[in-house]
Amino acid sequence: MNAYNGFSLHRWLGIMIKEFIQLRRDRLTFGMIVGIPIMQLLLFGFAINSDPKHMPTAVVMADPGPFARSYVAAMQNSEYFRIVGSVDEREADRLLDRGDVQFVVTFPVGFHRDLVRGQMPTLLVEADATDPMATGGAISVLKHLGIEVFAPDLPGLRQPANAPVDLRIQRRYNPEGITAYNIVPGLSGVILTMTMILMTGLAMTRERERGTFENLLATPATPFEVMTGKIVPYILIGLIQVTLIFLAARWIFAVPMHGNLFLLYGVVLLFICANLTLGITFSSIARNQLQAMQMTFFFFLPSLLLSGFMFPFRGMPEWAQAVGSVLPLTHFVVLVRGILLKGNGPELLWNHVWPILLFMLTVLALGLKTFRKTLD
Amino acid sequence: MSGTLVIDVAGLNKHFGDKHVVRDLALQVREGEILGFLGPNGSGKTTSIRMLCGLLTPDSGRGSCLGFDVLKESASIKRQVGYMTQKFSLWDDLTIRENLDFVARMFGMRKRREAVAQALEELGLAGRRDQLAGTLSGGWKQRLALASCLLHEPRLLLLDEPTAGVDPKARRDFWEEIHRLSAKGITVLVSTHYMDEAERCHQLAYIAYGVLLASGTAADVVASQKLQTCEISGAGIQGLAEALRQLPGVDQVASFGNTLHVSGTDGQRLQSSLQAFIAGRSLSMTAVAPSLEDAFIRLMQASQDQFRG
Ligand SMILES: Nc1ncnc2c1ncn2[C@@H]1O[C@H](COP(=O)(O)OP(=O)(O)O)[C@@H](O)[C@H]1O
Ligand SMILES: [Mg+2]
Repeated sequence: MNAYNGFSLHRWLGIMIKEFIQLRRDRLTFGMIVGIPIMQLLLFGFAINSDPKHMPTAVVMADPGPFARSYVAAMQNSEYFRIVGSVDEREADRLLDRGDVQFVVTFPVGFHRDLVRGQMPTLLVEADATDPMATGGAISVLKHLGIEVFAPDLPGLRQPANAPVDLRIQRRYNPEGITAYNIVPGLSGVILTMTMILMTGLAMTRERERGTFENLLATPATPFEVMTGKIVPYILIGLIQVTLIFLAARWIFAVPMHGNLFLLYGVVLLFICANLTLGITFSSIARNQLQAMQMTFFFFLPSLLLSGFMFPFRGMPEWAQAVGSVLPLTHFVVLVRGILLKGNGPELLWNHVWPILLFMLTVLALGLKTFRKTLD
Repeated sequence: MSGTLVIDVAGLNKHFGDKHVVRDLALQVREGEILGFLGPNGSGKTTSIRMLCGLLTPDSGRGSCLGFDVLKESASIKRQVGYMTQKFSLWDDLTIRENLDFVARMFGMRKRREAVAQALEELGLAGRRDQLAGTLSGGWKQRLALASCLLHEPRLLLLDEPTAGVDPKARRDFWEEIHRLSAKGITVLVSTHYMDEAERCHQLAYIAYGVLLASGTAADVVASQKLQTCEISGAGIQGLAEALRQLPGVDQVASFGNTLHVSGTDGQRLQSSLQAFIAGRSLSMTAVAPSLEDAFIRLMQASQDQFRG
């Protein structure tokens, strides 16, 4: 008897096949699959501006002289930068790659000496420009900072023509600061969040409202089989949607695609599963389709606003960042930007993969716990 | 009749909110028996059936179904029960074959394809197997639903008003099938509103407002009501029902075609009232054995008096 209470591949397949067939016959849903990505792509094509502050910045200090130190202090005071520490070049690169810092500022050897001699030492600022909105304000502040800091000590600088340092700004990953680069990876996540949760959110409540749930419950199918079997077809749909978006990104917005495609789809798959799990859990908690829809939007809005898609993550207040870091979309946006624009490899991604995994497993456990095995 | 008890429950209770929908229900059904489950709408039949197959959890009670504990082993019960819901609840957007195939998969049937093909053949639906279930007429839906709950060869059938809204021919076929299954040793619990169907059952259980009011064979149920019935016929009889109902000793009046069945529990008073009533009118009166319907009307009235004050 025990074998029956465990997982049955037969039943699982049965549920999956049934869902596939029903989906195929559901024209409206099919329209949504193609319609939503295209509609949103157009809607979000225009960015919303903002001016984030306190962005993490690493300093590479080859010349620890007093001028360099007062420059760093001035950056800190400008409120645009939050200096996370002084590191060597290799570490700085790594931090930037992983998205741990937004800026790396490098003071070259002989900075102090050259400055005093009026020889305009080079100050290298590398910015993670995958999200151009996040870096714009800070970079314009930097341009004025030099004169303000050094003017009291170097009277020769009074004439505006004489800049004290040669400020070189390297926009990494997205040198031209094109917003679409940032929007498209994020948008794929937003679209997946919305459609995946919505579609599975309706999956179980639909059965309940049509009365077919009673028939399903009268069979030996277990909650796990029903929940996971039902989401499989939607995985395929999610993959189709993402592919549509990526193709559009490539051909309409000419977004560069650096990274490993397998890695990209691996991340996409994980993200899809996390959202589907949430959707099916909403579906088993909700009493009817309306409630499932409300739950979806209740989750979708914070995802949209707090994930760093609409507003740069680092520009948000701390509480919002805390909420945001629980949401799969937040991590997905970082992951996809990392892979698409920076060409990040797997070793750099784990930091943002485990939060999605954890989210998914927690939600699955909750879903199985709340799954009603009776009509009570 | 002897044989093992396939359903043996007692003291089942179910509340929805503060509504006590099933009260202390006790049922016993032997293997191969057909139990007719009767009672007015909203009396708790569906709720009781759902409790038997684990779709609703009883608030209290004990008992077994197919030898499994109704409270704890509903997973095992489901595997051997064929449950036909009151409202058609197969998938409208799946074809006939897909519906059967899905159900067969859910029950982990080994020779799934053969079983489904055979079921389609027996249904006489092989030619329309690719038609969406939602487009079938009521009678065909009912046959499909029955076929789907027979697929996995259950030992117990729980049929909830299976013939509601189905034409007489289909109903007759349906009952022949039920008796064939019963002869094979399959136990059947079937809820119904139809008197002729009740008469086809081996045993009856009558429930009203959640309370089991009578059970046993049709004869037992009739006898338990201790009714005396007179059949009255004659010209203009239908207009007299209300007047008859007011007579002392008359508990109920029911029309049967061109006659009226006038019944009461006090035979003497009934007789004398009626004799006085027909005197001077061109009516005739004969004492008859109360029918099952008379008994049910009596049961329904008694329960109304009891619960509505
Ligand atoms: N899920 C439910 N929630 C609340 N009340 C219910 C539910 N199911 C049934 N009821 C109520 O319980 C009573 C018995 O219903 P039911 O068992 O369907 O009766 P029957 O099948 O005999 O017509 C009815 O009054 C009905 O309104
Ligand atoms: Mg009912």
